[in-house]
Amino acid sequence: MFGIPLFPERASTIANEVDALYFFLIGLSVVMSVLIATLVVSFAIKFRRRHRDAVGAQVHGGMALELAWTIVPFLITLVVFFWGAKIYFVMASPPPETLNIYVVGKQWMWKVQHLTGQREINQLHVPVGRPVKLIMTSEDVIHDFSIPAMRVKADVIPGRFVQIWFEPTRPGTYHIFCAEYCGTQHSRMTGQVEVMEATAYQTWLSGGTAEGSLASTGEKLFADLACNTCHRPDSRGRGPVLQNLYSHPVQLHDGTVVTADENYLRESILTPATKVTAGFQPVMPAFQGLVSEEQLLALIEYVKSLSTQQENVNR
Amino acid sequence: MEAEFPAKHYLNDGYGISSWLLTRDHKRIALLYLVAVTFFFFVGGAFAVLIRLDLATPAGDLVSDDIYNQLFTMHGVVMVFFFLIPAIPAILGNFLVPLMIGAKDLAFPKLNLLSWYIYIAGGLMGVYVLLTGGLDTGWTMYAPFSTKYATTRVVPAALAIFVTGFSSILTGLNFIVTIHRMRAPGMTWFKMPLFLWATYATSLINILGTPVIAITSLLIVAERLFNFGFFDPSRGGDPVLFQHLFWFYSHPAVYIMVLPAMGVISELVAAFCRKPVFGYTFVAFSSLGIAVLGFLVWGHHMFVAGQSVYASLVFSMLSFLVAIPSAVKVFNWTATMYKGSVSWQTPMLYAIGFIGLFTIGGLTGLFLASIGLNVHVTDTYFIIAHFHYIMVGGTIMGYLGGLHYWWPKISGRMYPEGLSKLSAGIIFIGFNLTFFPQFILGYMGMPRRYHAYPPEFQVLNVLSSAGASILGVGYLLPMAYFAWSLRYGKPAGANPWGASGLEWETTSPPPTENFATTPNVTESPYNYPSPVVKHVA
Amino acid sequence: MWVFLLTEILFFGGLFIVYTIYRVWYPGAFTAASHHLDIPLGTVNTAVLIGSSLTMALAVHAAQLNSRKGIMVFIALTMVLGSVFLGIKGIEYSHKFHEHLIPGPHFAFEPQFIRQAQIFFSLYFMMTGLHALHMIIGMGLMIWMLIWAYNGTLGDGYYSPVEIVGLYWHFVDIVWIFLFPLLYLIGRHG
Repeated sequence: MFGIPLFPERASTIANEVDALYFFLIGLSVVMSVLIATLVVSFAIKFRRRHRDAVGAQVHGGMALELAWTIVPFLITLVVFFWGAKIYFVMASPPPETLNIYVVGKQWMWKVQHLTGQREINQLHVPVGRPVKLIMTSEDVIHDFSIPAMRVKADVIPGRFVQIWFEPTRPGTYHIFCAEYCGTQHSRMTGQVEVMEATAYQTWLSGGTAEGSLASTGEKLFADLACNTCHRPDSRGRGPVLQNLYSHPVQLHDGTVVTADENYLRESILTPATKVTAGFQPVMPAFQGLVSEEQLLALIEYVKSLSTQQENVNR
Repeated sequence: MEAEFPAKHYLNDGYGISSWLLTRDHKRIALLYLVAVTFFFFVGGAFAVLIRLDLATPAGDLVSDDIYNQLFTMHGVVMVFFFLIPAIPAILGNFLVPLMIGAKDLAFPKLNLLSWYIYIAGGLMGVYVLLTGGLDTGWTMYAPFSTKYATTRVVPAALAIFVTGFSSILTGLNFIVTIHRMRAPGMTWFKMPLFLWATYATSLINILGTPVIAITSLLIVAERLFNFGFFDPSRGGDPVLFQHLFWFYSHPAVYIMVLPAMGVISELVAAFCRKPVFGYTFVAFSSLGIAVLGFLVWGHHMFVAGQSVYASLVFSMLSFLVAIPSAVKVFNWTATMYKGSVSWQTPMLYAIGFIGLFTIGGLTGLFLASIGLNVHVTDTYFIIAHFHYIMVGGTIMGYLGGLHYWWPKISGRMYPEGLSKLSAGIIFIGFNLTFFPQFILGYMGMPRRYHAYPPEFQVLNVLSSAGASILGVGYLLPMAYFAWSLRYGKPAGANPWGASGLEWETTSPPPTENFATTPNVTESPYNYPSPVVKHVA
Repeated sequence: MWVFLLTEILFFGGLFIVYTIYRVWYPGAFTAASHHLDIPLGTVNTAVLIGSSLTMALAVHAAQLNSRKGIMVFIALTMVLGSVFLGIKGIEYSHKFHEHLIPGPHFAFEPQFIRQAQIFFSLYFMMTGLHALHMIIGMGLMIWMLIWAYNGTLGDGYYSPVEIVGLYWHFVDIVWIFLFPLLYLIGRHG
């Protein structure tokens, strides 16, 4: 309108649903505000004080009216709640097959790590039409990875992985913002998502690095750090077998059962004593401070590659 | 008929600095707060002006990144802790609670004075922070940035907040005991004016919630000074735990900020329609309902912070529920105007403005309570617009409306009506121009606390900054004419508005002991017998 | 005072919540860390504090009976017991210092739990420290009561300040009754 942008682009499947709820709420708000404003202004005019000493009429309230204007708004809010919850469930449940990409935030840049080995800084190349899942963490303070055009964002927290997913619907370039205040250059911690047609994306991918895939980097690291001396593919190692570990349940030595997701793998590398697998001794050294975030991602991706089940583990 | 100015009243009952600094009179203490709170309002406002000036251009070239970060942080800290939380309770509440219940003073007058001194101490600590390096963590002070990475004055700032909290706790305590124990004979709970119900509910939140921010501030201090690791992930700590602790207080805090304003609006609407508030009982219980529900919704600040799906759903549902009592109040105030005798004097204009702006602000709360939508708009300017509609469009309008309504009682003088109407209009226009564009900016994705932004956001930012300059003028005018009125304003007389309420049955200004004889209450709080309202000259 | 104590419950409550969360997450580390606390000293302290609540109650009783001397004697006894408590706490703190159990760069612990144990000890120092601070404030209030008893402000049926200080002191005692098992007695069954 007048050349002033007033509405963000819609570039993902979920964006349409979010906007639909938004427009409904705008409509509701306009109706309610106009109603109240009209009533207030018209009462102020119609019942304007005409003599200095005039008083108002005694109008008695009624339970019926009070209940009505309590219950009707309540019902409306129920509708909005369920609608918002429905959208949220979709956001919280990535489809079974996603293109996974790791994102690490740090003051004041975004480091993107593709499974094929590609690395990007403040840029994220993705193909159109395929669901993408971002597995994210922070190296220092809490940041927030936000793509307004996709209508998704999540805080990235040090010490943990969080996930968001989206399916891009239109090729183009869209803003990435850091949306959680993180210090001096918070407003400069921005980037672009490049959504590409499938063939263009393939071309981009193949212009990749000589390094090899993330999982293969992880495999090398696994050997370099001597993980393979205890974690052997047969059950003769001092540590649990890692084949087919990812996304399967694990019983811990205190009896509880957890699912081996990314956070579990991360915790088991950095502070293994926190969750010891049943039947094993707590002898694994802690790698906290000995591996960088990128190395951690590579190791985790390697362990994931040892699993035949690559399906998404939902929180 | 020229109204009489009483010969003896609380303002001339003793002169000199120590008669003020050692006073036990709740009315004088209210004025002590008025001076201090107004000072902080303009400090916080100055920061806002600088912020909006800087945001007029996308490059963020007025001040450096670090200075900008300090500006928005200190704007938040000063406005929240030193203006919005104390303003209505400590100024209007302190002045009016004993008058409205027919008592000579609060239950613990010396404690009241102590509250003021604690506020000043906390305020001085805040000024110390400002002058020795500032704070740049955001008023929310999230860990681990605040505990491990910030290089600014986090510890003194957290301690300033810790100290100031005791002021709120003691004031809340005072009000609760006063309302329970010191009502005039005949004033049952349901014969109390609604401002007292609102004050009571606010005081409940004050005493239950403030200790939690107290311990949270101490945890930040401990983590920074002694290198404890509560929020440090490399030692098993959890940064999200900080957020839970912080918001457990800070969400109820926003109800501390808005409930008293709602109480004021109830009084304004009744007085300027010369009718009892429609649905009195429902409005009274809504205040309590908001206070209780307000403690249960803190997680709605954390939908994208790594909170579990199920917790988020529960917080979402409860957040919708807490909107209902507020809506009920708006409906009841509107209904009060029906067949009222509606005056267009300035306090009523503020009340009408409140109803409109609070409705919009509250409706945008629905946008935020819906999680699916919240994900997109959280941490953006949409949030900023939402809370400014409530805090500024709501609370500040309520505060100014109350100041205008009770100014004659407090000072004995009238302010110039034409100028006050003009200011109200300027404020209303300036406010909307400042904050409405921010809803649009937020949905477009502009994050909050951003100093530099993509050029396509500039036009809306310029509109907002223009509005801010108008709003600033609007706020300066009342300062000027209230001060003017102290010397040149027309004497008001006991009841210039023809309003009902115990405070209007004593002189303006009141005598130190408030009432010559203890009133005996037989009528309901909003008693407007037709056709002529009695005027007490 | 009851209202004020309500605020204190919320205040300490926040710390107890933090403690609970971390204890549920790190049971092993918390148990191991708890075993480094000195049970005999802690138990003596608990008895001392309960005793001081008894003497405080006797002070209130004396006030009800208008016995100026009784008030002064029992408040003084309460203060003595309170000081014993604080003294023992001081000894415990110095032990922790020598055993390198103060969180920070010099912290030493079994490698397995070294990180989370720091959280336990951070909570230990924070909670007992705040508790001790409240005790010191309480003893300050008691000095005030002693002065008022001496100069005759209390008496002739006016003794509510003594009751109020007593209430406060009992609250401080109750906080310790919770702190002691939560900090000292994790995993100790018999």
